Order: sequence, then structure tokens, then C-alpha cells
Amino acid sequence: MTDAVIIDHAFILAAILFCLGLTGVLVRRNLVFVLISLEVMLNAAGLAFIAAGSAWGQADGQIMFLAVVTLGAAEVAVGLGLTLLLFRRFNSIDIDQLNKLKG
Amino acid sequence: MDILWLIPTLPLLGFTILVLSSGRMPREKARVVGIGSIALSFMTTLYIATQYYAAASHGLDHGAGFTVSLWPWIVAGDLNLNFSLYLDGLSLSMLFVITGVGTLIHIYASGYMWDDPDYTRFFTYMNLFVAAMLMLVLADNLVLMFLGWEGVGLCSFLLIGFWYKDPENGFAARKAFVVTRAGDTAFAIGLFLLFRELGSLEIQEILHRATDEWEVGANMPTLIAILLLGGAVGKSAQLPLQTWLPDAMAGPTPVSALIHAATMVTAGVYLIARTHPVFLLSPTAMTLVASVGLITLLIAGFTALNQWDIKRVLAYSTMSQIGYMFLALGVEAWDSSIFHLMTHALFKALLFLTAGSIILALHHEQDIRKMGGLRKQLPVPFWCFLIGSACLIALPPTSGFWSKEPILLAAWEVDPVFWAGAVLGAFLTAIYTTRLMILVFFYTPEGGPPETHEPKGWQLHPPLIILAALSLVAGAFQLPAADALPHAHEHHPPLWVEVTGILLPLVGIFIGYQVFLKEKWQGLRMANQQGLRDFLAKGWGFDWLYDALLVKPFLTLARLNRNDLVDLVPKGVVVASTQCYYFFSRGQNGQLRFYVATMAAAAIMIISLALFT
Amino acid sequence: MSAIFFYNFIFYSTAVIAVVATLLMITRHNAVHALLYLIISSLSMAIIFYLLGAPFAAVLEVIIYAGAVMILFVFVVMMLNLGHRSVEQEAAWLPAKGWIVPSILAAVLLMLLVAGLGEPENLRGVHLVGVKEVGIVLFGPYLLVVELASFLLLAGLVGAYHLARRSTPPTPKYGDAQSHFTPVSDSEADEAATDQRIEEGKA
Repeated sequence: MTDAVIIDHAFILAAILFCLGLTGVLVRRNLVFVLISLEVMLNAAGLAFIAAGSAWGQADGQIMFLAVVTLGAAEVAVGLGLTLLLFRRFNSIDIDQLNKLKG
Repeated sequence: MDILWLIPTLPLLGFTILVLSSGRMPREKARVVGIGSIALSFMTTLYIATQYYAAASHGLDHGAGFTVSLWPWIVAGDLNLNFSLYLDGLSLSMLFVITGVGTLIHIYASGYMWDDPDYTRFFTYMNLFVAAMLMLVLADNLVLMFLGWEGVGLCSFLLIGFWYKDPENGFAARKAFVVTRAGDTAFAIGLFLLFRELGSLEIQEILHRATDEWEVGANMPTLIAILLLGGAVGKSAQLPLQTWLPDAMAGPTPVSALIHAATMVTAGVYLIARTHPVFLLSPTAMTLVASVGLITLLIAGFTALNQWDIKRVLAYSTMSQIGYMFLALGVEAWDSSIFHLMTHALFKALLFLTAGSIILALHHEQDIRKMGGLRKQLPVPFWCFLIGSACLIALPPTSGFWSKEPILLAAWEVDPVFWAGAVLGAFLTAIYTTRLMILVFFYTPEGGPPETHEPKGWQLHPPLIILAALSLVAGAFQLPAADALPHAHEHHPPLWVEVTGILLPLVGIFIGYQVFLKEKWQGLRMANQQGLRDFLAKGWGFDWLYDALLVKPFLTLARLNRNDLVDLVPKGVVVASTQCYYFFSRGQNGQLRFYVATMAAAAIMIISLALFT
Repeated sequence: MSAIFFYNFIFYSTAVIAVVATLLMITRHNAVHALLYLIISSLSMAIIFYLLGAPFAAVLEVIIYAGAVMILFVFVVMMLNLGHRSVEQEAAWLPAKGWIVPSILAAVLLMLLVAGLGEPENLRGVHLVGVKEVGIVLFGPYLLVVELASFLLLAGLVGAYHLARRSTPPTPKYGDAQSHFTPVSDSEADEAATDQRIEEGKA
């Protein structure tokens, strides 16, 4: 196999990981697990960026990956803060309880 | 003549002031505005009359009138209408009646309605009515007359239903409005035809062109005349549209006096008199007018014999007397008809106002079975009612005699059947009037006469006395209308005709005296035949007939049509939007995972769209 | 064995490890186990980044992702101190039939994505993009990205601090009767109360 196919397979890997992360978000009711699955999705997106940057030989892919990681870190921080709030309020971290915005 | 426009404007101004005061005006001021506007109108009429007579004595052309054009009104295509007023003898006579009798009735009403909380509203409506009626009689073109026509219809509705808190009054007002509406539609169609055929709607224009255009007995003038007659019978409560007048007595008594005795119900007579050339072109229509008048006066006469409400007796009596006016028009006794209109206005207003005094004195009691023997307790009403009844029965030398006799004689000239019916009507009039007089004033029931209390207010007696005096002497006046209308032919009937005409009412008085006071000949009383009594008392079943023929089918259709096709559209919109609401609100269940799943599904759809198209 | 063979072998085996680790991660009932699997997945991602010629990204992945973010997760999970009852609850929350629809959805999405990739005809090879290059680009055209990233992090910092701040007395913990964890309160009332207790202790 040549080098070129590696890039393609890296993309496929990114797609697989993305979909696994999506499954995790959809299935789990525990808020922490949802955040973890979101991390997996972000990771997969970052892999796609790296692979593209490598294919073009430019640094842009890694810059995007840097941005993605920054985003993930900030989002995790805020998300976990919200988890703590949720726990203090409802004494459980079931996101199905957060359904007051319905109608 | 320049101030002719003041005559309808002054009551309109009174109306505007009273409306804008919106009930905050104290009663003393309101009555000054209400009475004052009509009184000023009357004085203007007097001034205009002097000018008219001055011009007439300078050799005015017979029947010509003065036109005062105020401003251009409707200009559309071939139609060119001005807001213009026309004065001739006919309209001058009507002006005297409306403003003169109107002023007296307003003065009376200011005392009669004193205790009513809606005092100002009453005068507001009355002023509007007088303004509309004056517009009607002064109109130079038929559209302006129609404006006044509709205006008086509206005010009649407002005033009949004056005490609106009782729904029965509202029903009576609505009935009046709807029934006259049927007539108004005929009138309007007649107007359309006149415009289409003759190209103009100005009255004098029409009357000249009509005689040029059509010959006697042609179809078009017959049709138009019948349509105009339809409008007239609606407003004047003749057959077949007479059912509203007895129920209209639900309004206050001054309203009944002004609108339903003296002025509005005479609008039909005025219309036919005004457009008489068109009618003269159609002998069929003339016969129809006379027949309608005749039949109505007989029906009303028989019905008045069986009424127990004093105002309803007077209402049917009005219907009957207007039948006389229509009969007179139909037999070409034009000036007699207008003369009878004038005298009738005087003595009928007198009778109604007197009835109002009696009603007030007996604490709003209107049933004559509960009255009796009142002549000692209520002297002024008694004498006024006596004079009014004498005029109604047409006893010489009251004005009623001078106006009714020519009608009888003219009827004889045209057709003896008309004469016979008219004389029979006079006979019936005598009987029911005597019955009314006796039951209210003479016949004392076992328990003695009922309690009366003198109503307070200086305004109640003077108008009665003035009207009584006028009714007695009005026979001496020469009517200005005589100039505007074609002269009747000279009558030379046989002597026995005239004698019968005078004697038969006297026989009627005698019969009434015997039956009701002396209580003999009780077999004649229809009180003993219940079925006949009910039939006659309910106006010969017209109410029932119209209810079955027109009202019930209409209501059934309306009820069937309640959920019709057109309703489906808005209802469908409602149902559709409600269903959409239910459908879409299920997607807002607040579950985070559901939202993510929908986002994923949407992403799938978008990507597949991007890939495969 | 050629270098390319090694290269491919490492690449594909690391990829398999990453997928398996992620798969295991999303099916665990114990949060800490899931986090550990996630760390494994991140480390294998780092190796793949390195193989794709992006050493800077690989190191970033290890330091920030596996190092900071996961540890943050672990801290919070420990702080919540859910106990073994939460494990049973997780099992209750994950019935077998709950997996069907999400799996179908994800599978469809996966197929679409893969189909969208198309034929690998014009793909270039793997290029090495070194740290020096990335640094030059960061300080050059992408300067603003750095600034914006710092904004974002500041916002996240302040937000997280504010959200997690405790101004009321702690609520009883889930599962355990006695609380093993007494949080440090930073509200003034508590500080005053603590001072008072110290004073009383002294007196």
C-alpha cells in the first residue's frame, strides 16, 4: 500500500470514531458520559484536520487541531461546572431530568 | 328663500349638540336645545311661508317651486346630483305639519319624559328624526329623499327601542325596521328604473320627462309606480307591510305621536303626492293605491274594535286614516289627501298626547279595561280627547269633517265600491272611537274609577289645548299644497250620498253608546265569539302569516346553513393549525438526547442531499 | 521487512486499538473505567498523529488532551463521588434495546461519510509538517487564532469558576450517609463562621 491510501484510511478512521462518539452521546444518560463522548467526537474531527493538513503538506491542519483542542478544553471546563451544578440541584446527573423547556 | 337650508339644519344642529354633550348636559339645558331647534325651525318656516305667499301673490306660476341648490353631491358618469332643496306648496304644507306639530310634541315630551334617566338621548333622537323628515320633504332629487327616508327609518328604530333594556322593545324596533326595509328595497328599485329610463333623478325633471316619454297605461310607469307604492306602503304601514305599526307602540308616547301618527307614516302619502305624474300615467297603479288604502282602512277598523291597549287602538286608527289618505290619492283627490294628512296630524297627535297624559296619571297603565269614569278626575285630557275623537269620527264642523267628506265624495265619483268601503270605514271608526271614549271616561266599573295622580309639569297641558283648538278650526284654512297639486274634479254626487256620509258615523256613535255604556245589544259584541275576536284582534292573522311564510323558512335556512361550505375554510385553517401545533410540539420534549438525534438525522439528510444531487 | 510495512502495521494496529478502546469506553458502566479507556484512545490517536507527520499535534494530544482534559474529568468524577450505586444505575439506564436506534443512525451517517470520501485517486502522500513550521504559521498568518483561543480559554475559566462556586452549604451526597468530602467553602459567611470556631477553640 502506498502512502496515499493512508490519508484516506485516516479519514475513514476519523469517520468511525465520530460515529462511535455520536452513538455514545445518544445512548448515555449520565451527563459525564455524554461529555466524554463529545470529546471523542472532537478528537475524531481533529484527526480529520491533521490528515488533511498532512496531505497538503501545510501547517493549517495542525493549527485547526490546536483550535479544536482549545475549544474542547473550554467546553469541558464549563460542562463539568454545569454537571456540578446539576448534581447539587437534583442530586443526580441524569440529563433526562432537564426537560423543563418542553412544549 | 335663502334661509331655506336652515329648516333642516337647525334640528340637525340640535342633534349634534346633544350628541356631543354625551349625556353630561343637565335636563334643563337639554330640553332647551331639543325644543328650541324645532321651534326655531318652525319660525323659519313661518318666515319662508310669508316669502312664498308674497311671491305667489305676484303671479307665481301655478305649481312652480323654488330650488335652493347647496352643493354638488354625487357626480358619477351620467349621474349628476346636487344637495338641493325644493319648496313648493306641498312641501310647505308638510313643513308646517312637521315643525308645528313637532314643536308642540317636543314641549309635551319635555314634561312627559322628565323622570326618564335617558332624557337627553330622547331629544337627541327626536331632533335627528325631525332633521331627516325635513330633508325628506324638502328634497329636490329622489336620492336625497331616500336619504331622509332611511334617516327616519333609523330614528324610528332608535325611538321604538328607546327603552332598550326590555328585549320586547328591541324586537318591536327590529320588526319595524325590517318590514319598512322591504318597502325601501322596492323604492330603491323604483329609483333605479327611473334613472335608467329617464336619465335623471331630480324630481321636477322626472315629472316633466315622464309625461313626455310614456303614454298613459304603458308598462314602465306602471311598474315604477307599483315599486314606489311598495316603498310607500312600507313606511305608511299599509297592506301588506302594516304589521309593524301596532308593535311600534312600544316606544314612548310622544314618539308614537310624532312619528307614528303625524309625520313618518305620512311619508308614503307625501311620496305618492310628489310623484303623482308618474302615477297618473298608470291607471292600474292608481287603482292599486286606492284598493290598498281601502282594504287597509277596513282591516284596521275591524281590528281597532278589539284592542284593549289604548295606544294600540290609536295605532290601528292611524293605519285606518292613512288608508283614507291612500284612497284619496288613488281617486285623484290629491289636495284632499294632503289636507286630511294635515288634520289627521293635528287630531291624532292630540289623541296620542292625551292618551299619554292618561297613562301617566294612571302610573303607566295602558289597558282600558282598567280605566273608566275618568272624566271627573282628568278634565283637561277628557275635553281634549273628546275634541280629538270628534275630529276622528269626522263630525261637522270639526276639521276632520272638512277633510274626510271630499274624500268620500271623490271616491263616489270613481267607483261606488270605494265609496261604500270608505263609508263603512267611517262607521267602524265611529264605533271604535265611541267605545274608547266610553271605556276610558264614562263607563264606571264596580269598584269605582281607578286612582289617578296629577302628573307634575306645566308642559303637559298647553300643547293639548293648542292642538285641540287647531283641530277644531283647521277646516277653515286653505292649504298651500293646493297650488302644487292638480285640482280635483268638481263633485256633484246625489244628495243621499252626502247625507249617508254624515249620518252613518252618527249611527255608529249611537250603537257604540248603546253597546258599551248602556250594555244593551250585547249580542253584537264580538267579545262573545272568541275565535273571531282573536283573529281580528291579531290584525287578521298577518303576523302569523308572515311568520310562517317568511320568518320560519328564513330561520330554518339559516340554521341549516350554519355549517356551510364557506365555513369550512376558516374552520379548516383552525383545525390544520391546531394539528400542526400538536405535531410540532411533540418534537419539543425537552430531552437533550432527542435533540441530538434529530440533529444527526438532519445531518444525514443534508449530507445525502449534497452527495446525491 | 521494509519501513513501509512497519509503518502500515503500526498505523493499522493503532487504529484498531483506538476503535476498540472507544467502543469499550462508551459501553462501560463505571465512569472511571470509561475515562481510562478514553485515555488509551487518546494515546493511540497521538501515535497516529505522529505517523501522519504531525509531531506537534501528537504531543499536544498527549499533554492537553490525555493530560489535562481527562484528568479534569477524573477529578470531577471523583468529586461527585457517585459510589457503587451509580454503577447499578448505569446498568439500568443502558438496556439493550436502547442501542438500536442510535446505532442505526450512526451507521447510516458513517456510510454516508465514507461514501462521500470518494475514490482515493488524487490523494497525496504523507508529509511531515514539523514544529518549526507550525510555529512560524502561528506567529504569522494565524496570530489571531492564538488571541482568540486565549479569549475562549479565559471565558471558559471564568465561566467554570462561577458555575462551580459554592455559596450555599453543601447538599447531602448521593448514595452515602456520611460525607467523606467536606468542601472548602469560599463564601464570607462560612469564613466568618470558621474564624469564630477558631476563636472559640482558642478561648
